Amino acid sequence: MSAVAIDIAEKRFRATAGGPGREVFRGFRLDVGAGEFVALLGESGLGKTTLLNIVAGLDRDYRGSVRFGTVSPRLGYAFQNPRLLPWRTVLENVALPLPPGEEGRRRARAMLGEVGLADLADAYPERLSLGQQRRVALARAFAIEPDVLLMDEPFVSLDEAGAARLRDLLRRLLAGRPATVLFVTHDRREAVELANRIVVLEGAPVRIVRDLPLALTSAERASSARIDEVRRALGAQAQG
Amino acid sequence: MSTPKRLLLTATSLLALLLFWQIAALWADSRLLPGPPEVFEAMVRATRTGVLPESIAITLARVAASFLIAMTLGSAIGILLGRSVALNELFGPWVVVLLNLPALVVIILCYVWFGLTEVAAITAVAINKIPNVAVTMREGAAALSRDLDEMAQVYRLPRLRALCHVTLPQLVPFFAASARSGLALTWKIVLVVELLGRSNGVGFELQTAFQLFDVAGILAYALAFTAVVQLIEIGLLQPWERRANRWRR
Repeated sequence: MSAVAIDIAEKRFRATAGGPGREVFRGFRLDVGAGEFVALLGESGLGKTTLLNIVAGLDRDYRGSVRFGTVSPRLGYAFQNPRLLPWRTVLENVALPLPPGEEGRRRARAMLGEVGLADLADAYPERLSLGQQRRVALARAFAIEPDVLLMDEPFVSLDEAGAARLRDLLRRLLAGRPATVLFVTHDRREAVELANRIVVLEGAPVRIVRDLPLALTSAERASSARIDEVRRALGAQAQG
Repeated sequence: MSTPKRLLLTATSLLALLLFWQIAALWADSRLLPGPPEVFEAMVRATRTGVLPESIAITLARVAASFLIAMTLGSAIGILLGRSVALNELFGPWVVVLLNLPALVVIILCYVWFGLTEVAAITAVAINKIPNVAVTMREGAAALSRDLDEMAQVYRLPRLRALCHVTLPQLVPFFAASARSGLALTWKIVLVVELLGRSNGVGFELQTAFQLFDVAGILAYALAFTAVVQLIEIGLLQPWERRANRWRR
């Protein structure tokens, strides 16, 4: 039984004043097993965000279906921008999707501790660095203990060290609370370091050109030689 | 600039205005342009008889009632129009018509249709203010962040929770802008409404003073009322705005 079964018969962007309409997906299918960490790798502007939005139920303007393994699964979504409420404190932002009350605040506080931001609980998001804001967004996504976690280039525009720290954090959080992950990126290294399945996309319309299971041990993930090897194995399609 | 320094500057500026007024009064030397001492005297006199505080209280009550009605209805209408393109196309022109209807016409029509009553007076003021609020709030509602909306949707925030935490905070600047311009507009129109069809309040006293050519009395009422409105602005509106904006860098 797959955790997410995506079947998009057709998805078009309508023609707008800004440009002509275009077909993004036609006959696209992807099954994601429970507990899998799937990296969706492809060029910018391909339709990867659209795919996540369809899975999240934000985009319903398509023909096809998205089925989940559990009835009304809890969805966490780490957007490309952190999308925090600037007028609420860090703690309030993490507690937002939780039931209101003392229990929710306690869970949010514990979650903030896990992402290393306990000290900033009462700060407002705009006073935080981008890396810190992303941690808050991660804390919010994990606070609801998601069954399915959607991540849209959540570590983009951070410096390499900052991105590496956040990848570590993500691995740690997932070790504590396993979830099925759909992770969109255009960075092959990031995909190889995190995923246990890499799906390379090309378009348009979007199609799967490679579907590569990865069984790397954590020692292998830490070795850059091994990672480079896998990156080469991914072939020349995706430059990254 | 530091607060004491700013206060000092404001005080100096107001003192200069008083001085200018005094000089003009001395130069004109007429009953029709009394100086500050005469106006102050008129103010003290009207306060002693109790008419001035009573009139201000009555007028303030009318301002408060019509202000609250106009802000509530105007915000609701503005948010609806800003959120729905269809509704905006249907009712947007109505708002424009109302916006351009002279205040005096609304007042006269309300008095003609509903009689010279309290309800008519407050309705007239509210109707004058509602389109202004609606237009400002419509701007705000149309500019609501889609990103945050989607976030609220993904995390399945209940409607009321999304309204409190996601939608309304985005509308605070627009609400503050329409509240500020609203207060100024409302109390000016309330005076006209009182002058035309009420037998108490600041507007009524102004009319009495007008008939007696009592310029000192007119200025006494005007200044006292302006001072009260300023106090409301400084004591109520500004602290609320600061609180609502404390998250800004």
